[in-house]
Amino acid sequence: MTQIALVLADWAFLDAGVDPGEAPDYDIGIVTASSSGGFEFGQRELQALWSKGSRYVSSYQSFAWFYAVNSGQISIRNGLRGPSGVLVVDQAGGLEAVAQARRRIRSGRPMMMSGAVDASLCSWGWVAQLAGGGLSTEDDPARGYLPFDERARGHVPGEGGALLVLEDAEHARAREAPLVYGEIAGYGATMDPKPGSGRHPGVRRAVELALDDAGVVAEQVDVVFADAAGVPGLDRSEAEAIGKVFGPRGVPVTAPKTMTGRLNSGGAPLDLALAFLSMRDGVIPPTVNVRPAHEYDLDLVTGEPRQIPVRTAVVIFRGRGGFNAAMVVRAPAA
Amino acid sequence: MSANEFTLDDLKRILREGAGFEDSDVTAAEVGDTSFKDLGYESIALLEISLRIEREYDVALDDAYLVDSRTPNELVDTVNEVLRAGHNS
Repeated sequence: MTQIALVLADWAFLDAGVDPGEAPDYDIGIVTASSSGGFEFGQRELQALWSKGSRYVSSYQSFAWFYAVNSGQISIRNGLRGPSGVLVVDQAGGLEAVAQARRRIRSGRPMMMSGAVDASLCSWGWVAQLAGGGLSTEDDPARGYLPFDERARGHVPGEGGALLVLEDAEHARAREAPLVYGEIAGYGATMDPKPGSGRHPGVRRAVELALDDAGVVAEQVDVVFADAAGVPGLDRSEAEAIGKVFGPRGVPVTAPKTMTGRLNSGGAPLDLALAFLSMRDGVIPPTVNVRPAHEYDLDLVTGEPRQIPVRTAVVIFRGRGGFNAAMVVRAPAA
Repeated sequence: MSANEFTLDDLKRILREGAGFEDSDVTAAEVGDTSFKDLGYESIALLEISLRIEREYDVALDDAYLVDSRTPNELVDTVNEVLRAGHNS
């Protein structure tokens, strides 16, 4: 899991035309998200503990297991001595981490690496996720994960994520940054009300806060990358929120995570990357296998990718326990 | 398994198994006298190495030995001292 994260960090810096070794001390920080830390590593050490004894548990377990391992190892490897941290907010974590990175840049840090990689598919990881509920038990891959479909019965987990180099705009201009994908324009986060209180879920408010923060009105949004939990109650509440903000079938909605599975904290940074690429290439990646249920009144992009210009995108993610997060991203100024 | 002698090659093997052993600018001849720090082995790597030596050679290595052994050759000498002390008692 951390191996993937280290490679992604290398590639991201390369893509951004940044040599972290050349940057002034404390100029670059890192904040990532995580949902599970090093599960596969931990499983092996647990097996060693119970089969051979404590003398056979690796010393590296001391940090391989924990949520901050990617922030830690990436910062050590690249000499990132700016502020660092990790956020644990289930599937919403990736957006929260990028929002935190943006806060750091706004308070004076020229550059932050952010995003997340989660990889927990091992026996132990499966057991933990099955016990938590929400996983599909479908055998046919074409029917495994069907958000906004009346056949929705849970999601399929995957492994991976994305890392992004965030930079103060002026700093990027001054160094003549070779590649700018876009801007983190707005952010909103809410908690759901206590179950049984009769109050509405907080996802609509998170989207409205993000739009407000970005100074953007609903009509300006070209695509929504949905959380797409794939569980009927959650699909309904998300579809309702999107309908209230954008109007019935008021904006193209997509869930390319139907192609990768839900990546825990890695899902949101990946959707952010996909949003930026959809702006670059003028194409919205589709939601696969899904036959959208009419009751949701969503303009879901299914079947083929949809070729339209994209300048403004909204990304929505929710986390277990009632976390809602939404982010508005915008194409670079023309 | 107990052995009579612990060699630099034994240590290199354990370094490789326990903490990875990257090709570096240091030649094979120089490794023995290059500090662990310069070889890229920090405290957790040394903890792991110590754990492996302990269970493979059935010895107890005091934490002080790790702190005092600056280079691979010094650690080899220390381990051999402990092994010899064990056989003499």
